[in-house]
Amino acid sequence: MAGETSASNTTSIGSYLRNNIREYGLLVALVVIMVFFQVITQGVLFRPVNITNLVLQNSFIVIMALGMLLIIVAGHIDLSVGSIVAFIGGLSAIMLVKWGLHFSIVVPICLILGGVAGAMQGYWVAYQKIPSFIVTLAGMLVFRGLTYLVLQNRPIGPFPKDFQLLSTGFVPDLLAFANPAPTVVTNFFALVVVVVLVIAAVYFGLKKRRTNELHGSENEPMVFFALQMAIIGAVAIFIGFQLSTYRGFPNVLVVMALLIALYTFITNRSTIGRRIYALGGNEKATKLSGINTERLTFYAFVNMGVLAALAGMIIAARLNSATPKAGVGFELDVIAACFIGGASASGGVGKITGAVIGAFIMGVMNNGMSIMGLGIDYQQLVKGLVLLAAVFFDVYNKNKG
Amino acid sequence: MPAGPALTLRPPWNVTDMENIILEMRNITKTFPGVKALDNVNFKVREGEIHALVGENGAGKSTLMKVLSGVYPAGTYDGEIHYDGEVRAFSTISDSEDLGIIIIHQELALVPLLSIAENIFLGNEIAAKGVIDWRETFSRTRELLAKVGLKEAPSTLITDIGVGKQQLVEIAKAFSKKVRLLILDEPTASLNETDSDALLQLLMEFRSQGLTSIIISHKLNEIKKVADKITILRDGGTVETLDCHKEDISEDRIIKGMVGRDMEDRYPPREPKIGEVLLEVKNWNVFHQQHRDRQFLHDVNFNVRAGEVVGIAGLMGAGRTETAMSIFGRSWGHKITGEVSMHGKPVDVSTIPKAIDAGLAYVTEDRKHLGLVLINNIMHNTSLANLSAVASNGVIDTRREAQVATDYRSRLRIRSHSIYQEAVNLSGGNQQKVVLSKWLFTNPEILILDEPTRGIDVGAKFEIYSIINQLAAEGKGILMISSEMPELLGTCDRIYVMNEGRIVAELPKEEASQESIMRAIMRSGEKN
Repeated sequence: MAGETSASNTTSIGSYLRNNIREYGLLVALVVIMVFFQVITQGVLFRPVNITNLVLQNSFIVIMALGMLLIIVAGHIDLSVGSIVAFIGGLSAIMLVKWGLHFSIVVPICLILGGVAGAMQGYWVAYQKIPSFIVTLAGMLVFRGLTYLVLQNRPIGPFPKDFQLLSTGFVPDLLAFANPAPTVVTNFFALVVVVVLVIAAVYFGLKKRRTNELHGSENEPMVFFALQMAIIGAVAIFIGFQLSTYRGFPNVLVVMALLIALYTFITNRSTIGRRIYALGGNEKATKLSGINTERLTFYAFVNMGVLAALAGMIIAARLNSATPKAGVGFELDVIAACFIGGASASGGVGKITGAVIGAFIMGVMNNGMSIMGLGIDYQQLVKGLVLLAAVFFDVYNKNKG
Repeated sequence: MPAGPALTLRPPWNVTDMENIILEMRNITKTFPGVKALDNVNFKVREGEIHALVGENGAGKSTLMKVLSGVYPAGTYDGEIHYDGEVRAFSTISDSEDLGIIIIHQELALVPLLSIAENIFLGNEIAAKGVIDWRETFSRTRELLAKVGLKEAPSTLITDIGVGKQQLVEIAKAFSKKVRLLILDEPTASLNETDSDALLQLLMEFRSQGLTSIIISHKLNEIKKVADKITILRDGGTVETLDCHKEDISEDRIIKGMVGRDMEDRYPPREPKIGEVLLEVKNWNVFHQQHRDRQFLHDVNFNVRAGEVVGIAGLMGAGRTETAMSIFGRSWGHKITGEVSMHGKPVDVSTIPKAIDAGLAYVTEDRKHLGLVLINNIMHNTSLANLSAVASNGVIDTRREAQVATDYRSRLRIRSHSIYQEAVNLSGGNQQKVVLSKWLFTNPEILILDEPTRGIDVGAKFEIYSIINQLAAEGKGILMISSEMPELLGTCDRIYVMNEGRIVAELPKEEASQESIMRAIMRSGEKN
């Protein structure tokens, strides 16, 4: 009797694992890659200073991956983001450094200009039905050319201090007075926030499971939920602790976290998000359901432009200089992050969490290999193979299932 | 007179066997998930004859020919194929082509931007070590074109010649493969009368040279003209084979064979309660979506009353789907003129959202490509057309959405393990119910159903009919397009007949019969 029950339990867990192998696989892959580089770099990877660097180096990839995921889910691609990054970075430099405008004016203007750049491309894709690959390839060249033009082939810098803080600043220790061990923890606030977030995640996760049970919806098996929470919680608290022993949360980490939360919400709960998935899954059926598919596609590109503009400013601030060569090749890292994260090249499939984890996988590999002293040659080679392997894993699972 | 085709006219070796059968298909049964497409079909073709294969849409003609040509490989069907005196098991199309069985599909398989010569020898190039011998290719092409009487240069692109000539290129291509049994699926469906006549003439010429052909056609007058024998299929079974030389076969005789079946118990009973006119369409003129100077619909007028089920009958290409889609937010066609009113007041249906607001819903005939997002689950498909009803300020209330999907799932008896099952994993009937759920959730007054029971099994059909009855009883107007005439007769209160972009008859229930519908189509076809 007992044997029977346990047998049926294992099969159900097994089948659940098989159906969701992609999501767990991704998380496991990230953890394995982190541990691998932690060992091979003899602990350098997770040093507080390096974690901070990791965040600063990858935040803009993550931010752009959020927009790119929507584009890819809608069934398109955007190759122009690297050039928009440089273009907007250049414009911000001109406004801040040459014209002396305050960053509170420059930042919104740049975001709007990014949106306009996206709109210019979105128009051709959505309303003139020109393949996005071609439109954004053209955009990639056009915006790169414009960058050289506005910067007159010369880097501009340095930026005013307040603008630099956008990228290089840290959230101050708001709870310094309560710090129990100031000798170890230099930013108590960061540690507290991480612990609170982990507790909140567990609490809301459990609450959602309960409502799901009440409404007869599917739940992942408890084992997986617990294991997942344990891994994520442990990694988060560890990283939070490491950061708290250095300078706390970088500002961009906060921006990034808020954006991840916002886009997760948009994709899961908003009508716009739902319609983008439907559009990517079957454009004709979506259109025949009374949905303005052209406008949705257009907005997806506008959104991408805005996020690329934000990324452009973060990069310019971080380098403290706007150069015509900024952002070269970023589009490929961003697109790769989405595909590693499980987005489908034919549209309709993909998750924000996947794209974010995909971006982190790429980031940790970049960083780890740099610490190991591997040259750009091997880095590219390894990244290419990882991308291929991740997508092959998807296709293999799909064909098997 | 061009040189005769390189046909091997075999002498009848067995003098006692006067029949000289080239092809015999015995007890062919082919099942698709949930549907028996062919049920013990027997089909026999004599060498050198033109054998017509007729039947309603869905009777199994195309399936039978796909079994014969190896599209459905041996092993996926039951029964035996005897060809040229031997049992054959074709596992690919090229297996059957090697033996001279060539099928020309209704949708021509030509590459538009390649030349005639390139198309004829596509996949079969005259080449040495991968290098094409263009001189030989062109001279062979010229011979083949002469044989089919087509005066075009071999270098002409397919896109630059009309459909009639394209059909001839297909036949020339068949000859390049040493055809012995030529199968033509609706060869004249898209041809005008002159081209059709020329094609039929050509077929008779080939017959005199000994070629065997099978022709699938809806045009009974053409069949009468050329066929030696006629085999009638109905509901996936052979009804009879008529010999045109033994008796004079009238079109009515053929129609009777095609449609003669009992209708009781296949359609749930209904007490129609018909109210005022809901939808009225006047002087609806539409030009073709691609061929923009070709008028496709001419002065279409019709109406649908509350509580009424109105059918549109017609052959493929009559313009029924195009009528529905052009009304539903101009989702088909170009240069659309005419008036649509609801409750006697003109309404704006120029975009799909406006058409939905006006109270229209269109359930497509192509649920996989136009109806469902297959990779999404039942719940997401159900709410798609009316997402704002389960959302506030652009945020979806997932609990309300699940409630709605659950309601429709039980109301329409969608068989699935939950509302979270992906549409791609549902059977045809259940997919159709999901599409219906989506449109019912928009709360339409007029529901346009385009081939609502295509490709679904008998049980599910009955359920769909019951849903239609129930909707009519609620006072909705139903416009039903169907190629299955018994279905229209079994469910509709009134039937419009369409042919070649026009409404050619309006038949109240009492006057409607398969014969009267067919006659209306045939008569209008002869007039034009």
